[in-house]
Amino acid sequence: MIDAAASTSTSRSLTIILFLIFVAITLAITIWASRQTRTATDFYAGGRQFSGWQNGMAIGGDYMSAASFLGIAGLIALYGYDGFLYSIGFLVAWLVALLLVAEFLRNSGRYTMADVLAFRMRQRPVRTAASVSTIVVSIFYLIAQMVGAGALVSLLLGISGDSKFLGLTAGAAKVWTIILVGALMIVYVVVGGMKGTTYVQITKAFMLMIGAFLMTVLVLSHYKFNLSSLLGDAAAQSGKGAAFLEPGLRYGKEVAGDATQTFYNKMDLLSLGIALVLGTAGLPHILTRFYTVPTARVARKSVLWAIGIIGVFYLMTLALGFGAAALVGGKAITAQDKAGNTAAPQLAQELGHRYLGGDTGGSVFLAVIAAVAFATILAVVAGLTLASSSSVAHDFYANVIRRGNAAERDEVKVARISALVIGAVAIALSIFAQSLNVAFLVALAFAVAASANLPAIIYSLFWRRFNTSGALWSIYGGLIVSVVLVFFSPVVSGTETAMFPHHDWQWFPLSNPGIISIPVGFLFGWIGAKLSKEDDTAKYAELEVRSLTGFGAH
Amino acid sequence: MTVAFFLWYLLYVLLSAYARGFMGAKVVGNINVALIFGLLQFVSTFLIAWYYSRYAAQKIDPLADEIRARLEGEAAKS
Repeated sequence: MIDAAASTSTSRSLTIILFLIFVAITLAITIWASRQTRTATDFYAGGRQFSGWQNGMAIGGDYMSAASFLGIAGLIALYGYDGFLYSIGFLVAWLVALLLVAEFLRNSGRYTMADVLAFRMRQRPVRTAASVSTIVVSIFYLIAQMVGAGALVSLLLGISGDSKFLGLTAGAAKVWTIILVGALMIVYVVVGGMKGTTYVQITKAFMLMIGAFLMTVLVLSHYKFNLSSLLGDAAAQSGKGAAFLEPGLRYGKEVAGDATQTFYNKMDLLSLGIALVLGTAGLPHILTRFYTVPTARVARKSVLWAIGIIGVFYLMTLALGFGAAALVGGKAITAQDKAGNTAAPQLAQELGHRYLGGDTGGSVFLAVIAAVAFATILAVVAGLTLASSSSVAHDFYANVIRRGNAAERDEVKVARISALVIGAVAIALSIFAQSLNVAFLVALAFAVAASANLPAIIYSLFWRRFNTSGALWSIYGGLIVSVVLVFFSPVVSGTETAMFPHHDWQWFPLSNPGIISIPVGFLFGWIGAKLSKEDDTAKYAELEVRSLTGFGAH
Repeated sequence: MTVAFFLWYLLYVLLSAYARGFMGAKVVGNINVALIFGLLQFVSTFLIAWYYSRYAAQKIDPLADEIRARLEGEAAKS
C-alpha cells in the first residue's frame, strides 16, 4: 500500500504541468470565443448555436462536479451502498428536467429562469425575487466547489501539517488555490461568456469521462469483469462486512433503543432523496444551459445526451467507489481524508502502481486524475458564476432598475462587471468558509433550488391561475424556510460534526430540510396565488401556446 | 409518466429506509436486491427518456408544428 501524502515530487509537478496545459487550452478557447461574442445572445446563451450533443456534454460538465466525482466515489468507498443512493437521485432528477422543464423553458424564456416567471406577471417584483434566489443558490454551490478545491489541493499535492510546497504551508496553499480558481473562473466568464464557458465544460466532460473510463476498466479487469467478486472484496476490505453492500451505513441509521432518533434518521434519508430529485430542475446554471440551443427539440436532445453521459458516469463511480474500497481499503482512505474525498485519486495511484509500471506509473496516473479533478472544479464554478451574473444583469439591472430600457451593450457590460463582483465575493466567502462541510453546502443548494425555484417554475408553466403574488410567496417562502431550517439543524450547531460544534441552538432534527421546505414552497405558491385577484387568462393562453410550439420564441 | 417515475423512485427510497432485510437479501453471489433495485432505477431512467423522446417526436412535434404553422399564417395575414 502506498501513501498518497508522501506522493513523489514527480507526481506533484506532473499534476501542475497537466493542470497548466488544461488552463492554457481553455484560455485559448476563451479568447477565441470572446472574438465571436458580440450580442447579448452571444454572451448569455452562446449565440443559441450549440448542437444537442454539445450542449448535452456541457450539461454533463456543469453537473458532474467535484462533489460527484470525488464526493460520491468517496462516499461509496467508505459507506458502500449508501453512496450509491446519491448517484441514483442525481440521475433520476433529470427526468423532471426532461419531462417538465427543458423544452417549455427553452420556448418561453430568453436568458434566465426569471424570463419564464415574468412572462405573464409583474416584471419587477418577480425578477427581483428570482434574481435573489438565483444568487443564493449559486453562491452556496460556488462556495462548496471552491472550498473543495482548497481542501483538495493540499491532499493532492501532498502538503499537510508542517510540510511546505513552494514555501507555502498547507493553510496558505489552500487560500492561494481558492484565489487562483476564483480568478480563472472570472476570466472564463468575463472574457468568454457563455460560448467560452460551454467549450470549457465540453473539454472538461471529455477529460472526466476518459479518466473515469480508464479507471473503471482497470478495476473491472482486475476482477476479471466479475461484479460479485469486486463487491465481495470491497465488503471484506471495508471492515464493515456484508452491511457495506446494503443501505443503512450512513443514511437512515437504526439506533437501537431510540425509536425517535431512528425515525428522524429515516426521515432525513427521505428528505435527502426528495431534495436530490427535485433540486436539479431548479438549479440556475443548469436552467440557463437550455437557452444555448436553437430550438426546444434540440433542448430535448441535449437532455437525452446529458442523461446518457451522466448515467454512464454514475455507473462508473460505482466501480470507482467499490474499487477504491477493495484495492485501497477503508483504513488508507480515511487516513488520508476523513470524508473520503481522496478515494478516487488514491485508487488512481494504486491502479497506476499495479498496471502502469510501479511507482512512476502510480505517480503519473495520480497526476492525471488530480488534474482532471481540478479541471472539473474550474468548469463548474465558471458555469455558476455565469448563471448568477446573467441574472443580475438581465433581471435586476435591465428589467428592474432600467425597466427594460437598457441598451444591449450596457447589459452585457453589467453582466461582465457582476461576474467580477460575484467571483470576488465567492472567493472571499470561501476563504472564510473553509471549515464548512462541502457536501452540506451542495445539499443545501439543492434543497433551496427545489423549494424556492422549482414550485414557481412548475406553477407558472402549468397553472393558469398562478400570478405575481403566488410567485413571490413560493420563491421567498421556499427560500426562507429552507435556509432557516438548515440554520437550526444539527449540521449548523449542537453536534460534534456541526459548523459550530460548541454552540447549540439546534431544534430542527433533520440535516436536510427538503421534506418540509419543498412542500412549503408549493403550498405557499398556492396560498399566495389565491390571495391575489390577478388572473391573466389571455396571457397564460399565450404562454401555453408558446411553450408548446415555440411560436414567438427567442 | 412524471408521477409514475416519481412514485417508483420514492418506493426505492422508502425500501432503502424501511425494508433493510428485503434490500439486503442476496440474489447472485454478492449481488443483493438493493443493488439490483438501484441499477433498475438507472435502466428505468434510460427507458423513460428514450420512450418520451420517441413519443414526443411522433405525437407532440407534428401537432406543435401544425399549430405553429397556423399561427404564423394568421400572423402573416394580419
